[in-house]
Amino acid sequence: MRKSLFAAGLTAMMLAVSAAPRPAAAQTLKIALREDADILDPTLGGSYVGRIVFAGMCDKLFDYNVKLQIVPQLATGYEYKDPTHLILHLRPGVIFQDGEKFDAAAVKYTLMRDLTMKGSLRKGQINSIQSINIIDPLTLELVLKQPDSPLLAQLAGRPGIMVAPKVAEKEGRKFGLHPVCAGPFTFVRRVPQQEIVLHRFPGYWNAKAIHFDRLVYVPIVNSAVRLANLQAGSVNMVEYILPTDVPAVQKDPKLKLAMSWSPGYEGITFNTGKGPKAKSPIGESADLRRAFELAIDRTALIKVVYNGLYTPIAQANPPGSPFYIPSIQPPKRNIPEARKLVAASGFKPPIDVTLMTPNSPDLLQAAQVIQAMVKPAGFNLKIQAMEFASSLAAGHAGDFQAYFIGWSGRADADGNLYSFLHTGYGFNFGGYSNPIVDKLLDQARLHTNIATRNAIYKKMWIQVRKDTPLIYLWALKNIVGMQKNVMGFRQVPDGIIRVQGMYLAK
Amino acid sequence: MRGYLGSRLAQILPTLFLVSIIVFGLQSLMPGDPALVIAGESAGDPALVAQIRRELMLNRPIPVQYLHWLDNVLHGNLGYSWRLQEPVAALIAQKLPVTAQLSVMAFIFAIVIGVPMGILSAVKRNTAWDWLANAVGLFGLSIPTFWLGIVMILVVSVRLGWLPPSGYVPLTENWVRSLATTVMPAFVLGNAIAAILMRHTRSAMLVALSQDYVRTARAKGLRETVVILRHALRNALIPVVTLGGLQLGALLSGAVLTEQVFSVPGFGKLVVDAVFNRDYPVIQGVVLVTALLYVVLNLATDLLYLFINPRLRTA
Repeated sequence: MRKSLFAAGLTAMMLAVSAAPRPAAAQTLKIALREDADILDPTLGGSYVGRIVFAGMCDKLFDYNVKLQIVPQLATGYEYKDPTHLILHLRPGVIFQDGEKFDAAAVKYTLMRDLTMKGSLRKGQINSIQSINIIDPLTLELVLKQPDSPLLAQLAGRPGIMVAPKVAEKEGRKFGLHPVCAGPFTFVRRVPQQEIVLHRFPGYWNAKAIHFDRLVYVPIVNSAVRLANLQAGSVNMVEYILPTDVPAVQKDPKLKLAMSWSPGYEGITFNTGKGPKAKSPIGESADLRRAFELAIDRTALIKVVYNGLYTPIAQANPPGSPFYIPSIQPPKRNIPEARKLVAASGFKPPIDVTLMTPNSPDLLQAAQVIQAMVKPAGFNLKIQAMEFASSLAAGHAGDFQAYFIGWSGRADADGNLYSFLHTGYGFNFGGYSNPIVDKLLDQARLHTNIATRNAIYKKMWIQVRKDTPLIYLWALKNIVGMQKNVMGFRQVPDGIIRVQGMYLAK
Repeated sequence: MRGYLGSRLAQILPTLFLVSIIVFGLQSLMPGDPALVIAGESAGDPALVAQIRRELMLNRPIPVQYLHWLDNVLHGNLGYSWRLQEPVAALIAQKLPVTAQLSVMAFIFAIVIGVPMGILSAVKRNTAWDWLANAVGLFGLSIPTFWLGIVMILVVSVRLGWLPPSGYVPLTENWVRSLATTVMPAFVLGNAIAAILMRHTRSAMLVALSQDYVRTARAKGLRETVVILRHALRNALIPVVTLGGLQLGALLSGAVLTEQVFSVPGFGKLVVDAVFNRDYPVIQGVVLVTALLYVVLNLATDLLYLFINPRLRTA
């Protein structure tokens, strides 16, 4: 009896083990990207999808977990000796894909490359670093010009990607054609617009977390074709599924979805102070901008255009972010109140407003919905559709009244705020300037404690809400589509796909 | 003949020179700032954007930029892609065979469908065959490439699972998979040209079939197939070949849309991405090479014309 029970138990266990999803041998993971990456050099590259490819090839000093908290990767920890001295402890036993040793000298080389290389896109992100002192092979000290609380977040981003010094030195600007890092997969080949192929790096420090032999990234620009590739089984994953394509994925028994919040947002920036186009009623009157906002029903807008998948917001950091301020909520649509504000502004309706909109179908549709929503409040909204690069140039030049523009988002609040709201900074398209806001943004940079920073940001939001230089409309979501047999995917809100722990079930 | 060929060849350089000036001029009129596009997510740093402008000479006057580019081209250097840091010549060499394969396959589709349908339509004039051929021709002309491409992907790849929905495998790597990845885009691309060829073949054949030499051939008792294929078709083909040559050139530009839909990494996709990313060296290189191809194709068509119609050789 005991024997048969044991045998039955053993059989059940074996069945359970065989039924559980297990990695298939010699696996290739094929991921479809929404566009082709630019140069694969972390110092020179600037595209979002480039970060997805780097995640397969290159580890960073720090990374993010699923709650978008900073966690160790090539660095094992850090401490601030004082606000301008940051000590980094490095992981032992790590080698680059060319066999070179990863140590403090390699970190110093990479950071100096970011700071000094001609054409570096990273310089501005870490230029608070004044000098770098190597304490021992696994410890180094960053001496900062001034306290810089977003610096750690930068080291969890592209500036934190470590490159093999010897190869980087030898290749110079051509390093991106054959990048060598300390990540799980080595670069094999790239055919622009066709594919980027990586092979497993056996010397990877976290090799047990890697279950693929090959990683292939294929750029497929058209969202319908991207979806068709997933449905036909030509790719295992699609890094971005349009909200309107979500029902098609949900209906397909071979596919599944992963959805998470994203630090990115979409909004309308008003030109309040840059060039002649700022001299418009909506640019000059905060009352009108608030009225415009009151006329928009964000929930209905999101429901119509994005199947209700995005989250209405009135601030740059979405719910889920540790920097989200719960008391800052989007107002409900209120046409009588909006009309009152229009009357109080002193401008006679209808108020003409031109909304420059990048010509993607969803944004144009959203613009049309807004056009209809703001009309009863007394706004005559004209939509100016423009190709994205042209709109970006017009945005930087202040050649617009209102600009429908979003941001892919950063984990640290500063990355979503400073450059957008501080006087004179690059993404402050509308030339918004308020000394109170500037002072609060500068002040927040001096503190590393999130609660302290949030108290400062809360004051800032109260002021920004009064001025309304930017209407935050919705927080984006990361929507990843994949085959049912893709297992172990940890969705980090920054939208970057980490292959560690992932495998294809047999 | 030799003089004609010489004068045609002599026209190539000035044509290319003019094209390069026009492209440079149009490019400078194009809205958008390449430095902002290159900076990508770091475009919020004005110092960085200014530095990129300086490095790419975008702060210099257009004529200075043009002369710098021209000097490089005359020294055999088409420059580097700003976005990928790869030599433009290497990118073109990589992409041109892809589009050439696609275009040749599309052209074969167009000829195989268009010419026989045109002949059939003319020979069986005002019959059901004629109406059917005309309907197919109208379909080919009216259906947008983009729409047809998406529908074919959904039906052939997603529903039936017969062919891969997109991508490309080089002929040298695996010819079967290469044909599998290009057959659908080639059909879509060749479809509209098949319709044009069909219409022109039909009208040229109708003219040829009413000529005296055809009547004479029939009176001699030749078989109808011989009359149609050897006497009527050979003469009818002259305008069709001219048109075919021009259409082969048009295939290069038509490939732009088809390559986008099917994610075929060819010449068309290269130039579209370069335009969206304001990758000027790639745009200039691609347009220059495309212009050269057009000129050479036109020349080849004219030579073929001479071959088909011996009377022109002495003219």
